[in-house]
Amino acid sequence: MNPTEESLSAPHVLDYTYKRSLGPILSQFFTGLRDKKLLGVKRKDGSVLFPPKEYDPDTSESIDEMVPVQDVGAVKSWAWVAQPRKQQPLDKPFAYALIQLDGADTTLLHVVDGGSEAGMKTGMRVKARWADETIGSIKDIACFEPA
Amino acid sequence: MSDEAKDDVVKVIRTPVQLDYNYSAGRSASRFLRSIKEGKLIGQRCPVDGRVYFPSRGSCPQHGVPIEGEPVELVDRGTLVTFSIVRIPAESVPLEIPFVTIQVLLDGADTILMHLLGNCDLEKVHMGMRLKARWKPKEEWEESVANIIYFEPLDEPDADYDSYKEHI
Ligand SMILES: [Zn+2]
Repeated sequence: MNPTEESLSAPHVLDYTYKRSLGPILSQFFTGLRDKKLLGVKRKDGSVLFPPKEYDPDTSESIDEMVPVQDVGAVKSWAWVAQPRKQQPLDKPFAYALIQLDGADTTLLHVVDGGSEAGMKTGMRVKARWADETIGSIKDIACFEPA
Repeated sequence: MSDEAKDDVVKVIRTPVQLDYNYSAGRSASRFLRSIKEGKLIGQRCPVDGRVYFPSRGSCPQHGVPIEGEPVELVDRGTLVTFSIVRIPAESVPLEIPFVTIQVLLDGADTILMHLLGNCDLEKVHMGMRLKARWKPKEEWEESVANIIYFEPLDEPDADYDSYKEHI
């Protein structure tokens, strides 16, 4: 093919600058993150959802009793990311994990800086590492690390 | 710290989504882009009904046939088909608000081009206006439709409604 017939190509970035309003329950959750406190919500049966929801997923009842959970917990499931992409949370290999924090009955999807795949294990104990600056974002927890 | 976090309570979070593509233009659009770098506007004619697509494209969406003939060179003037007055700034638009987005039918083309209107009072914008492209200085031309900064009014009578009504 003649060079003047070759296809041009160029970077094309789609940027959606969304903001999301939180409502009363998630507002407390994110305000808690900013203040380095982890808040779940208690259901009628006493179990605790973390992260919190506005409604009981089984009965659809409104729920609003916020309760603290610990910043340590157990990895219930995980997937190793050997080659992180640019927009992923760590610039080195890490695990996405479902983490059940002490005091919670549900899991949080977050990041474990586990060092290597061999260092990861279902059931392992992990602890939150906070970001240097907390602003009210799930990234206020930089990641979890082996406890 | 973000503005939201200065309040006592976090009420809003930012959840941006960014998608990084590498766009490959294909042969026909590449020829259009290389031509506009030289200040030429290139369309292509459907072999079935002779309609001129602008910008040029490799196939006719109506007849499902490849368009392989010689490109058609168009002039940089045309008719305003429709418009919208925009009062919210947009990062990709180099004009102050309010600005006017337009669909312009170039003379000799059978498809419309989305672009901007400039150098025109808002009260005077109307369908059928005759327009001419205002180009960037030649040394700034690149492979981009943005070589045309905007279209501006021509001192000519309005186009006949029938000449552009099918594009509204
Ligand atoms: Zn056709």
